[in-house]
Amino acid sequence: MAKVTMTVNGRQVSGVCDDRTLLVHFIRENLGLTGTHVGCDTSQCGACVVHMNGQSVKSCSILAAQAAGSAITTIEGLAQNGELHPVQAAFKAHHGLQCGFCTPGMVMTAVDMIRRHGSGLDEATVRFELEGNICRCTGYHNIVKAILAAAQEMGGVRQAAE
Amino acid sequence: MGVDGIGARVARKEDRRFLTGKGRYTDDMSVPGMKYAVFVRSPHAHATITGIDATAARAMPGVIDVLDGKQLLADGIGNLICGWMIHSKDGSPMKMGAWRPLADKTVRYVGDAVAIVVADSVAEARDAAEAVVVDYDLLPVVTDPLQALAYGEPQLHPEAPNNLIFDWELGDAAAVDRALAAAAHVTELKIYNNRLAPNPMEPRATLGIYDAGDDHYTCYTTSQNPHLARLVMSAFYNVAPENKLRVIAPDVGGGFGSKIYIYPEEIVCLWASKRTGVPVKWTCDRTEAFLTDAHGRDHVSTVKMAFDAGNRIIALKVDTIANLGAYMSLFSSCVPTYLYATLLSGQYDIPAIHANVRSVYTNTVPVDAYRGAGRPEATYLLERTMETAARELGISPAELRRTNFIRSFPHQTPVIMNYDAGDYEASLNAAMTTADWSGFAARKAEAEGRGMKRGIGMSCYIEACGLAPSAAVGSLGAGVGLWESAEVKVNMAGTIEVMTGSHSHGQGHETTFAQLVADRLGLPIDSINIVHGDTDKVQMGMGTYGSRSGAVGMSALAKALDKVEAKAKKIAAHLMEADESDIVIEDGALKVAGTDRSVPWFQMALAAYTAHNLPPGLEPGLKESAFYDPANFTFPAGCYICEVEVDPETGRTHIVQFVAADDFGNIINPMIVEGQVHGGLAQGIGQALLEGVRYNDSGQLLTASYLDYAMPRADDVPSFNVSTSNTPCPNNPLGVKGCGEAGAIGSPPALINAITDAIGNNQLTMPATPEKVWAAAQAAH
Repeated sequence: MAKVTMTVNGRQVSGVCDDRTLLVHFIRENLGLTGTHVGCDTSQCGACVVHMNGQSVKSCSILAAQAAGSAITTIEGLAQNGELHPVQAAFKAHHGLQCGFCTPGMVMTAVDMIRRHGSGLDEATVRFELEGNICRCTGYHNIVKAILAAAQEMGGVRQAAE
Repeated sequence: MGVDGIGARVARKEDRRFLTGKGRYTDDMSVPGMKYAVFVRSPHAHATITGIDATAARAMPGVIDVLDGKQLLADGIGNLICGWMIHSKDGSPMKMGAWRPLADKTVRYVGDAVAIVVADSVAEARDAAEAVVVDYDLLPVVTDPLQALAYGEPQLHPEAPNNLIFDWELGDAAAVDRALAAAAHVTELKIYNNRLAPNPMEPRATLGIYDAGDDHYTCYTTSQNPHLARLVMSAFYNVAPENKLRVIAPDVGGGFGSKIYIYPEEIVCLWASKRTGVPVKWTCDRTEAFLTDAHGRDHVSTVKMAFDAGNRIIALKVDTIANLGAYMSLFSSCVPTYLYATLLSGQYDIPAIHANVRSVYTNTVPVDAYRGAGRPEATYLLERTMETAARELGISPAELRRTNFIRSFPHQTPVIMNYDAGDYEASLNAAMTTADWSGFAARKAEAEGRGMKRGIGMSCYIEACGLAPSAAVGSLGAGVGLWESAEVKVNMAGTIEVMTGSHSHGQGHETTFAQLVADRLGLPIDSINIVHGDTDKVQMGMGTYGSRSGAVGMSALAKALDKVEAKAKKIAAHLMEADESDIVIEDGALKVAGTDRSVPWFQMALAAYTAHNLPPGLEPGLKESAFYDPANFTFPAGCYICEVEVDPETGRTHIVQFVAADDFGNIINPMIVEGQVHGGLAQGIGQALLEGVRYNDSGQLLTASYLDYAMPRADDVPSFNVSTSNTPCPNNPLGVKGCGEAGAIGSPPALINAITDAIGNNQLTMPATPEKVWAAAQAAH
């Protein structure tokens, strides 16, 4: 058993877990943050993507103990003061989700993608970089649209602020 | 109608919780004292169990208990059933072998459940499951349905000699044979429809809770139809009496048919909760999902299509072998029969059709309904044959279809269906215009200049949605009626709660059902709540599958709203001393037509419950319910055109454009409808290009993870060009038809037709992997 302490969505948390506990299980079971999902056993589906120190990671491929001391953002930490994050808002506006199960991972992947590329994102890059996330409902069409729209929106916001 | 009403692109009410991580799926549920289950599963495809020793497992850390099939049998838990009776052409009923929730004597596929371990944690349960010693005597294995049928051995169930479940026919064999003999041309084709794993992203899960204090059971489960789950578990499996069993299907992360059926795990977890005295949760992992979620499709067919000298189809003869796997799942028998053969007329006026279907047991996962269920198999067969015939006859595929379209309605096909309305040429024209069909030759020439082979293919599909009417399906062997129920509760302050028997697992019912209410009552959509998925809250229901929620579920809601409106008008008329026939409901008020007199909706609602001033004899309150039993199926149809480029060096297919022109009747929310089509198209493209379940000869599943089973990813599908024309369905109050399955039905033949056009070789089976396409392209030279 290991005691792990980390910052999750801006709040310091700690918990005791088995050495073999994966970060995704720590987040779901110990912290009760069930927005991060488990959709496969082989790190292919991306339903469990969270941000670790600002970068997207698959929380099913990291031990909770490995994440000790890090800053984690989960889907629950994205909206601020009741306002959806621009990527969340774009997914809603463009119908980029249906059953909602892959959605948290998709959104977290998209936020990181936009962070790295800004408004320079194009459709081919979005489709290529979504390689690690599987959606069975949407046909990706609207997810791609939502990410491109959010990239424009966020790029625009950043320019306005500069 | 308000801005949120029918036809508006309303953003979904449910999205906020999914986008913020507040969705509540079954695996997210926790209750005090809850323990975790892991199943011990057979590693062999066919074997006799000679002993189970759980002594060591029981002694391991955290283990509460290990339970097996003998204990289950002793407690009187029943076998799983197949709920649709099919009779063979000799009149004998289908031959159903026993499917025990935990195998006690024989295992028949890899993954067959043998025992359940309940422990403090999943990890401890998994460790202990590894320590359960099961002794097996191996039996011979068969996974190929042709082989299972041809040799009749190894035989899976004593009840089904030669592994034949039924030998069923539909249509007039003699008329078809006469037409074939007299035909000017006959196109013959062998068609394989590949076996698929449905793969909703949420793995199945169930939480069984037995409350000894109340002698009451609760089952949280990933189900598309909780009421049916309750009925089957109580009436057939003896898990709990119906009045003591509550089934809750909360947020469900996709179904595609695979969550219609009742699986062993739900039964066993409820039973185990009673045996152990603790709530028991089981969550599938992905490999387990591949091993145990019912697969889809898996047909082998031969087809003969006969034409007269004017290129008119005069007969169609189909012989199909359907692999149903090791056991008969809940709906399995109706998929290759009444959901398949009844659609073999497609969009065409075919005077004589005969279909023969033989269903077969093999040592594989049970096969049941998957998105479209029977209709994709029928459409693929028919549209591959039409394309092949057009090539053989030397005319354009569009022309051959036009020559044979049904043009007057209603149209009675020779295979039961009575099409109510449609305009097939409109969809064909729309798709061809959007796809710039006439400009294809130039694009092909340009592609050739780059060394690429370009092809174009079409498919014209029809499907039957909103399974109905109950009397008709009953006469065809269905074990239940296929109505739907709805209840509208107007609260005291005028807000609305709708209880529907439909279940939403991604289709957006919380929005579209609310749109219907908003449309009828002129209320803001936020004042309307849709409640579904809980047998304690919703009076009755049949769930969601076969695109029945709009045509059947929303029609029930429309009926209940009729009653609400009628009573509300009575109350308002009384309050305003007007005639109730003069009352109109709009913009959240009840108005006397042609005057400025009105009562706000909330005031009427409050009056209904204060009951201080109601018309004499009128019951207080405002809550109405309705059951709706459809008069006929609905018949969405459309035309899909796919254009591809095949790289002859690698065999890789690149989809250049995909055009879908559908007729779904009236549309509630175009944004949601488009999303449904996109998703269906991706699943169909997955079937055509990537997906396929593979077993080896010993019955081991070779495609049991996302490393081995090629799910479509964002880079595998294009952006789609979708449009609709809307011929209203005359048989339901909303004029809706259904859209959920269209994409998965229409896209595989369009795509394969395009590839075969590109490479000049018609011999290609799904999935059209680069290796297969490359080989077929080479062979064409």
